[in-house]
Parts: sequence; structure tokens; C-alpha cells
Amino acid sequence: MSLLTAVLLMPLIGFFVVLFTPRKSKAPYGVALLASLVTFFLSLSLIGPAIANGARFSSVVDSQWIDSPGLQIRLHLGIDGINLWLILLTTLLLPLGIWVSESMIKDRRKTFFALLLLFEFGLIGVFCALDLFVFYVFWEVALVPMYLMVGGWGAGKRGSAAVKFFVYTMLGSVFMLGSIIYLHSQAGTFDYVEIMNALQSGRLTLTATQQLCLFLGFLAAFAVKVPIFPLHTWLPDTYTLAPTPATFLLAAVMSKMGAYGLIRYSLTLAPGGAHRCAPWIAALAIVGIVYGALIALVQSNIKRLIAYSSISHLGFIVLGIFTFRQQGADGAVYQMIAHGLSTGALFLLAGYMEQRRGSMEIADFGGIATPAPGLATAFMIALLASIGLPVLCNFVGEFLVLQGAALARFSWAVWAALGVILSAAYMLWMYQRAFLGKATQQNASMADLSRRDWIPVLPLIALMVWLGVYTQSFMPSISSATSHVLELTGMNDTYRVRVTPGSQPSALRTTPTKVIYVR
Amino acid sequence: MHLWLIPLFPLIGFLLNGLWGKRWSKPVVSAIAIGSIAASFLYALAVIAKLSPIDTPYSEHYFTWIQSGFFNVGCDLFVDRLTAVMLLIVTGVGLLIHIYAIGYMAHEGGYYRFFSYFNLFVFFMLLLVMASNLLLMFVGWEGVGLCSYLLVGFYFLEEFASNAANKAFIVNRIGDFGFSLGMFLAVATFHTLDFGQIAAAVATLPVEAKAGVITAITLLLFVGATGKSAQIPLYVWLPDAMAGPTPVSALIHAATMVTAGVYMVTRVSFLYLHAPVAMNVVAIVGVLTAIFAASIGITQNDIKKVFAYSTVSQLGYMFLGVGLGAYSAGIFHLMTHAFFKALLFLGAGSVIHGLGGEQDLRHMGGLRKAMPITFVTLGVASLAISGIPPFSGFFSKDAILSAAYSHSPWMFWIGAITAGMTAFYVFRAWFLAFFGVYRGHHHAHESPSSMTLPLIVLAILAAVGGFFNIPRWLSPAYPLAENENAVAMIISVFFGVIGIVVAAYLYVIRPAAADSLKAAFGRLYTLVLNKYYVDEIYQALIVRPLEAISSFVLWRGVDETLIDTTLVNGLARVIRGWGSIFRQWQSGSIRNYATWILAGSLLVILVLGLAGGGR
Repeated sequence: MSLLTAVLLMPLIGFFVVLFTPRKSKAPYGVALLASLVTFFLSLSLIGPAIANGARFSSVVDSQWIDSPGLQIRLHLGIDGINLWLILLTTLLLPLGIWVSESMIKDRRKTFFALLLLFEFGLIGVFCALDLFVFYVFWEVALVPMYLMVGGWGAGKRGSAAVKFFVYTMLGSVFMLGSIIYLHSQAGTFDYVEIMNALQSGRLTLTATQQLCLFLGFLAAFAVKVPIFPLHTWLPDTYTLAPTPATFLLAAVMSKMGAYGLIRYSLTLAPGGAHRCAPWIAALAIVGIVYGALIALVQSNIKRLIAYSSISHLGFIVLGIFTFRQQGADGAVYQMIAHGLSTGALFLLAGYMEQRRGSMEIADFGGIATPAPGLATAFMIALLASIGLPVLCNFVGEFLVLQGAALARFSWAVWAALGVILSAAYMLWMYQRAFLGKATQQNASMADLSRRDWIPVLPLIALMVWLGVYTQSFMPSISSATSHVLELTGMNDTYRVRVTPGSQPSALRTTPTKVIYVR
Repeated sequence: MHLWLIPLFPLIGFLLNGLWGKRWSKPVVSAIAIGSIAASFLYALAVIAKLSPIDTPYSEHYFTWIQSGFFNVGCDLFVDRLTAVMLLIVTGVGLLIHIYAIGYMAHEGGYYRFFSYFNLFVFFMLLLVMASNLLLMFVGWEGVGLCSYLLVGFYFLEEFASNAANKAFIVNRIGDFGFSLGMFLAVATFHTLDFGQIAAAVATLPVEAKAGVITAITLLLFVGATGKSAQIPLYVWLPDAMAGPTPVSALIHAATMVTAGVYMVTRVSFLYLHAPVAMNVVAIVGVLTAIFAASIGITQNDIKKVFAYSTVSQLGYMFLGVGLGAYSAGIFHLMTHAFFKALLFLGAGSVIHGLGGEQDLRHMGGLRKAMPITFVTLGVASLAISGIPPFSGFFSKDAILSAAYSHSPWMFWIGAITAGMTAFYVFRAWFLAFFGVYRGHHHAHESPSSMTLPLIVLAILAAVGGFFNIPRWLSPAYPLAENENAVAMIISVFFGVIGIVVAAYLYVIRPAAADSLKAAFGRLYTLVLNKYYVDEIYQALIVRPLEAISSFVLWRGVDETLIDTTLVNGLARVIRGWGSIFRQWQSGSIRNYATWILAGSLLVILVLGLAGGGR
């Protein structure tokens, strides 16, 4: 069994083992934690080959799965600089999520742990699949456990939130399935690498209309998942009502599925469509950035505030992708990781607060920095990362995205950068009302983070600093993969000239660029 | 040469005190905090001595920070003559204020927290002045902003403190918005953010007679400067920032951080020199801020607020200088201001400390006997800021005003009038605090020697600092002005003396006159006392509408009602509606199905028959 197969199957094995553990014991927790930790350590060894291989796929698994006449589906998996870090993010955050579930989930814990592992299986599959059909299958596999976790363990009107989340996502992915099947009818294969080769060699050509339709089909699924404004209204409810470990994983990793799909498939399979739609998608992304931030400004519930802030931050990722600039694409991928760490940490800490106070309303807190200084400090660090303070992770991603946007069209950067101002405002106001001031009667004796509580927080903080200071550990592999993606979109250079005729003087034309693929 | 050691010491101090300071005793915490700054100061001295005379910039590359496509930013530090001046101000004045803080903070809770933030501030400030590219400078720039936020909100149990901290951070973010856009445009234009490379690239371009891309870059960067250095229209955060402990006001909000904008403009002077339009804007904003803030300073009753507006005003002078192209004069004033304004704040802190927290000038008076050292040192600072020869402020202010005199008369006259106002408000505060009869209740006492010692050192610097000839030291990079203007000098000193005399008359000789003056200018006085209602105007025009729109229009209106309820759930309802129609057909009744099958078959036969018949 190859390494990548092991990383993929480990959570699934864990899932089955958990199902056979006794319900009323520590065993489900122990098995789940062990399986996720093993997965994590296995996944670490994906780094070396991926970095060594540059833009080509490494750790490739390619075996026959379904082989019937007319329908060949291959279990084709591979790693490059884009999905490498997303998989590592997933395998790192899963044990942390399991760790906090132990104290935060009270009933039917065995099922919950099993679902977490199934979820991990689905996510890893989504990120490493190189066969469109397999990708689609994993896409749905990841959705189901999350739906069950939200619906089964959430708060308040969790039922309707879960259904909305499920139906919304399903509806989007139906269109994607349509695109995938149509592509199969044209190319005769589901294999992404083969399709790309056919497209590049000219064996397969798609007309502008075909590309547009394909692109829109994929977009429907990805735009809901990211989400892109105005398809976002499932998110605040789901994030707010889901149990903390689910929100943590949903915000930190699952929200990256859509963005990953955009950069991996939408851009390369239908570059014509992507270029045609780029202006209005970028516009929607910017609307999302500002709109999400403005609504976050007036939220009274901490989780809902972070949820809206997520809409804002995810807008940066989409904007970066559709700048068709190296900086924008690198920034987008970097921001995926950074947002996973910072927003994940924020939701985790919010979960600790909810655990202590039984509420997420800002008004119920106030002055808790005095009884819980550790919690306040950790929250402050995550908050600073989230609002893009330099030396922490989000700054690098946001800066590159905005730089890419400024190179593509300067007004994009102007509007999107407004989100950076607003992020400071909504976060600091919330922090002030929840943490500063004199502690109220109920909060005066709030417990600080215990040693056990700190354990999942510390690696996140360490990574925020690492990604913020020493980007060279991550960026070269990301850059080589994204530059390959931009080459595959084929028109990045012609497009550049078309979009900004004369507006960006001589400097841009002297850019050393190479045209790999000219239509 | 290991330049990185200079900022490293305070960073270590921050980490040690931040992580374990809570468990350590106060002497240990202070030893670490002060030791780290002292080490930094001494090492900076050693570096400068070794590199002296620093004819060419000395730089070191450590690692690549961000690399994406053509965009490459290194973690590079460098030292040239300008940096050397800043290094000594930051570590030297920083060291004095750290020592002072031992005494001042002795009875405060969160001692270790204070010193760890203080050290972190010095780290970021050193990064800011040593960075050899705009982005790394921006790291320091944002970092000092963070420390300012943390320290302004140091008394976080009080709402006014956390309000002021938030305001400081958010207003600075607005400035940083401009700074970032300036960087994006610089990258688009020059493909680099490295100072040396931009300077080389811009040297080949013509000076922009009309506003062009360099003008745009410089103006956007200046927006950042108006935030950090508290100029119109973003100055509003600085007076509120006085909510922090007084050593914070002295170090961050007087001597170092707020001057970062002046330093930045000087650092990228090669850009500004190619954008005369932008330079004019800088000078005009500077001179207007100078007189505007001075006018507010005249009416304030809180001693720290007086000095805060004074800082805004003096920063305006510095921008006037750099905007006129007199960069070395601006930096010269930056240095002397660091001495006398830090001294003014520390002296004010000594008074506040001696009076058990009293900040209102109306409750002071006659303190010269109880606090002789504070009295004398504050007097020296007041003379220095008033531009009375031979005190330090005279030389630097004169350098700026003679540049204004030869550039445009109206700027000179506003500057000179402001000099008179400056002398008036600073001596008003000095007279109100130390002359007349004591109007408070607390038993006044002189501060401990850890506080008075820094006062004495700073008083010496404020007195003789004018003889450190900064313009000459900087002259290789920033040419000296051709002629020192005697007329300008005489006029500005004259205005300074007038200001002092009027203050003495109103507050010592005829105290009743001040009140009748207030009454005579009732409306105007109220307007100025309330700071021209600028905060209220911003609140009404920007903050409130933004909240209302976000809450009612965007959230309740667009998000919940329009998108979610109407569109999404509406779509669901429509689908359910269709579903309920189709559900009628799925009745489960066999007879029903049979009827439909029959009808369908008939229809098919009919259609086929018609189609066939047609053929």
C-alpha cells in the first residue's frame, strides 16, 4: 500500500474500528484520536516528495476502480503544492477536533467520533483526487457526516440549519456532476490528468460556449461551498448552530473545498469560461469581503460574528484566484491555510467560552480577561492573526491577494482593502465587549484555560507565527503548483494585456513571463 | 556585524517577561526590561561607532520573507546616517523612559504586562527604522500600532481606556489602508519594495510636473503617515490615547511611534522629490495641523491633553519641514521634540504621580516648592518647545521656519503664529501647575529618584540637544538649505516670547484676566474647548450611518429578508409548491395510476398517428 493510500484509508479504517468499540467507554475516543494522529504523522511524509517534485504530482496512486465498457473510473490520487498543505491542515486539525470533542460532546460520542473520521476520509479524498468522478464521490462523502453532526449535535434550530446546508450544497453539486458527465462525454475519461493532456495537446478542444457551460456547472458547486456572495446564507446559521468541533472543522477545512475546486478544476478545465466570468466573480468576491465585514460589525453573537468574518476572508481567496496573477493565486492558497488556522482557533476558543458560559451572546460576557487571562491572550493572538497583523499568517495571504488584485485591476485592491479596515473594527469591538472592562457577577469566577484546553491551541498559535514569519517553508511549493495552474489556464499573459490596456504602464510589459500554451 | 541583535534584545525581554514575568518579582522584571533596552542601546552605539562615518548604507540580508513571481521581499536590515539618528533616539530615549517607568508603575497591577508590551514596542520600532524595504517597515509600523493599542488600553477595566485603544487601532487602520495601497502601486510600478532599488528606478524617471503615478504612491503613503503621525484628518486618536500610563504617552505618543510618519516620508524622500504636488500636500497638511492642534491645546484643562495636542501640532511642524524638502530639518525637529516632549510628558507624569492621579490643571498650582526638580526640568522643556535660544527647540524650529520663509510666506506666518501659541499653551500649563496657590487636596510630594533622574538627563538633552547638528550629519543624503534666514529667526523668537509673556500675564500676574477673556470669547471658546466637535462629526457622519446601514439595510434587509427569506426559502417554497402538485399524482391509488396510464397511452398513439399521417 502506498503512502497516500495509507493516509487516505487510515481514517476510514479508524471509522470502522470505532463502530465496533463499546459505546460507554473511552475506547471510541482513544481509537479516533489514535487513528487521526497516525494519519497526521503519515501525512507528514508527503511533504518531502511534494516539495522535491515541484509542479508535478507526487505520491501518485493510480489504479483501476470501476472498469466496465464505456465507464472507466480510476482511483487516481496525487499531491502537489496546492493540496499538500490543505491535506496537512486537515490531518492536523482532525486530532485537535477529536481532542476537544472529548470534552465538548456529551451524548452519542461514539457516533460523533466515527463521523469525524468519516469526514476526514472524505476531505482527504476531495483534496487528493485526480479523477473527476472520484472527486465527486468524496465531495459527497465529506458532506454527509457534516450534515449529521450539525443536525444531530447542534443547538437551537439545528434541524433546519442542517437541511439548508445539505440541500444548498447538494443542489450546487448536481450542476457539477452535470459538468463532469458532460466532460466525460467529450473526453471519454474522468481522469483529470488525461483530460488536461488532451486539452493541451489539442486532441480535445472545447468551444467557448462549452467552456462557459462547464465552468458555470463547476462554479455552482464551488460557489455554494466557499461560499461566494449571494450564495452564503446557509453559512451563518450552520456555523452558529453546529457543535463547536464541527464548526471548527467546517470553517477551518471544509470551507476550503470550494476554493480548492476553483483553483484546481474550474481554472484549468474551462479556462475560457473562467476568464470570461472573472470580472463578475471578482466583483462578487469583493462584495462578499465588504458585505460580510459590515454585517459582522453589528452581530451580537460571537459565533455568528466569526461566521460573517469568514465570508469576508473567504472572499479574499476567491478574489486572489480570479486575478490570474501569480501573487493572487499564491496568496489565495496561502490564505486558505492561514484562514484555516486563525478562524479555526477563533471558533475553538469561542467554543471554550460557550462551554464556560452556556451562551455565545457577546452581552453575556464582559470582563472575562480578568478571571481568564490565558483565554483572553490566546483569543487576542488568534484575533490579531485573523485581522491580518504582520508576522502572523493571514497577513501574507491577504497581502499577496491584494497585490495580485492591484496588478490585475487597481480598483479591485482599493475596494477589497476596505475589508481590512473593517476587520479590525468588528473584531476589536467584540473583544472589548466580551473580554475587557470589569467582570460581571456571573463571569467573575470563570475558569481559565486548563492545560488540556491549551493543547489544541498551542500548535495553532505556533503555526500562525511560523506561516507569518518564515513563509519559505511553504511558499515555494505553493508557487510552483500555482504557476503551473496559471500556465494551464493558458491565457494568463494575453489576458493580462487585455484587461489592463495602458492602465499599468511599461512595468508590466517587461515582466519576464513565458507563454506555454497559446490558443 | 549582526544588526539583528539590536532589535533582538527587546524581543527577548518581551518573551521572557510575557511568558514568565507573572511569577517573577518586580526587580527581576524591571532588570530584564531595562537590561534589554540598555543592551540594545549599547550595541547600537557600538554598531554606529564601528560603521562611522557611514558614508554608504550598510545592509544585511537574513532570509527571504515573501517570494511570489517577480515579487520578492527580504528580511533585510540596514543602517545609514538617518537610521543611526533614529536608532539612538529610540533606544536612548526609550531607555530613559523605561527607567522612569520603574518608579511610575511601581504601584500598578500588571507590572510585568506593562514591561513586556513596552519591550515589544521597542522591538517593532527598531524594526521600523532599520527595515530596508517598505513591507518590512510596514511590519514595524503595524507592530508599534499593536503595542500602542495594548498600552493605551492598559487599564482595560476602564471603558474609556479600551475605547481609546480601539479608536487608536481602527483610525490607524484607515491610514494603513492608504499605506498598503501605496505599496501595491509601488510594486506595480517598480516591481520591488526595496528602498535602494526603488531609488535607483525612480532616478531614471522625470520629476512629475502634474500628478502621476509617483504622486499617487506618495500621497497614498502619506495617508498612512497621517494616521500614524496624527495629522488632519486622522489625528483624532492621539488625544484619546492619553488614556494609557504616562510613560506610554511619553515614549510612544510623543518621542517615537508618532514620528514614524515623518521618518517614512524622509526615508522615501527620493519618491517625494519626484512628486512636487505630493510634497505640497504634505507641507500644507502639516502647517494646518500645526495651527489647528495648537489652538485646541490652548483651551485644554487636562495637562496630558495639552501636551497631546501639542504633539499633534509639533508633528505638523515636522511635516511642514519635510514637505518643503527640508528633510534634515524635519528629522532635527523630530529629535529635539523627542527630548523635550518626552520630558514634558514625564514631568507631567511626575506631577500626576505626586498628586495621586490628578490630571486637571485647575486642581494644581503652587507646586514649585513641593516638586522642585519637576518644576525646573519642565521649565527647561517649556523653553525648548517655545523655541527660545539656546534651547534645543529653537534650532530645529528655526531650521523649519527658515525653509518655510524662503518657500512660501503664508506657511511661514502660520508657523510663526503657531510658535507663539505653542509658547502660550505650554507656559500656561507650567504656570497653572507650579505658580499661584495650590487648588487641590492631595498631599503633593516629589517623585522618587528613578523618575527624577531621567527627567534631569532629558532636561540636559532638551537644553543642549540643538547643538547636535543633525542637518550637517545628514547632509550627504539630504543637502543643507542654502541660507539660514535671520529675519525668520527673529520673528519666530519674537512670537515665542510674546506667547510666554501673555501666559505669564494671564495666569500669574492677573489671573482674573483669563476668565474674563474666556467670557468675552464665549462661543468660540466653547467650540475650541470641545475640539471643534470633530469627534462628534465623525461619529455622526461615518460611524453611526455605517452601523445603521450594516444592521438594518444589509443584515436585516438584504441578508435575512431579501436573500435568505425571499430568494432561498422562497425558492424552496416554490419547489415545495410544485412538489405538492405532483404529489397529487402519486396518490398510491391503483385506479388513479391506471387512468393516467390509459390517458398517456392514448396521447402517445394520437401523437404518433398524427406525425405518421403527416408524412
